Amino acid sequence: MADPDNSRQLIDLLSADAEDLSAEWVRIVSTTLRGRVSTAEIDQELRELYSALLAALRTGSLAAKDDAFAEVRALLTELSRTRARQGFTPSETAISVFALKQALEPALAKDPDGGSLRSYLQLSSLLDDLGLFTVETYARAREELISSQSEQLLELSTPVVKLWDGVICVPLVGTLDSARTMVVMEKMLQALIDTGSEQAIIDITGVPAVDTQVAQHLLKTVVAARLMGAECTISGIRPQIAQTIVALGIDFGDIATKASLADALRHALRRSGIEIGRRGDRVAK
Amino acid sequence: MSERVPILQIGDILLVSIQTDLDDQSVLNLQDDLAARVVESAAHGVVIDISAVEIVDSFVGRMLATIAAISRMLDAETVVVGMRPAVAITLVELGLSLGGVSTALNLDLGLRLLERARGGRDGLTAEPTAS
Repeated sequence: MADPDNSRQLIDLLSADAEDLSAEWVRIVSTTLRGRVSTAEIDQELRELYSALLAALRTGSLAAKDDAFAEVRALLTELSRTRARQGFTPSETAISVFALKQALEPALAKDPDGGSLRSYLQLSSLLDDLGLFTVETYARAREELISSQSEQLLELSTPVVKLWDGVICVPLVGTLDSARTMVVMEKMLQALIDTGSEQAIIDITGVPAVDTQVAQHLLKTVVAARLMGAECTISGIRPQIAQTIVALGIDFGDIATKASLADALRHALRRSGIEIGRRGDRVAK
Repeated sequence: MSERVPILQIGDILLVSIQTDLDDQSVLNLQDDLAARVVESAAHGVVIDISAVEIVDSFVGRMLATIAAISRMLDAETVVVGMRPAVAITLVELGLSLGGVSTALNLDLGLRLLERARGGRDGLTAEPTAS
């Protein structure tokens, strides 16, 4: 594979017009990216890549997985990660590598010798490998991004708010699944202990739909809170949701349910022995 | 030899603080000891503190319910205090709801709950000075 003669020709070809070739490379890539990355940035990235590639080829290797290409791979990883984070498509990322072939074309036309054609093909397959590597890294970076975002979402969407001394509230927003309910449940129960609250309100105003599974999760949370010595109220039940719950035949038993958070807060305060009224009312009594 | 869980008396309340994960024999011993102590001391309240317990199986869950039932027979209210969230979730998953057992978040709230329960039950005690 690593025929020293061919490698030599390849290196000669690449190093002879290094300046022209990399300039052409940069031009092609920046046209495809249509000004979403500054030309100076692309210029710097690709020139670094070009010299790393040249250095790797000088070792006589032509396999993208070789140790000689470690630096090239590191640069490509960095490049695809940046592109993934900036929201480019996989092809726009891979073109950064494939465009080098396009840049080489005029150089070949100048030299009709068959030898350089062969070395061009070898370089081509090397660049294909590197291009595939770029796409793979891109996909991995995207996956990491997605999983870290969904984790953040999980954290973000389950705050526990203290409404009053001894009353906490969990406003639920978005669809409830088992994983999310577990997080909500644990957070709420821990908050009960941390704040010493005996009343908790679960507000489901932001939950788009309640099915038997969601209801089951809610019931479990309420029972767990009861086991620990706290009372739960479920609030924010919209008319459609009330209808669905009844139609599904879900029994909330003796769990207090309220239409609005305000009602639930009043209920929770009354249960903890706090009475709220206008100042005038008290004077009248 | 399984170790015995100490039962402490504060006024007319018995405090059982479980500090280790219990094996079945020590659970049975505790049941015996507690029944004897309730009669002996004429206590009207039992507080079981399980804040140090990390693992609860169905046996321990039933033990808590049984102790509560025994104490009630002997005219003492039982309050289980300090249950950890993980334990509560386990009990729910096991389908145990500890029916008939009062619970409180911590020892302080548990003692207050007992006091309130006693005030409601015992008409002879002086009316508290709240209005």
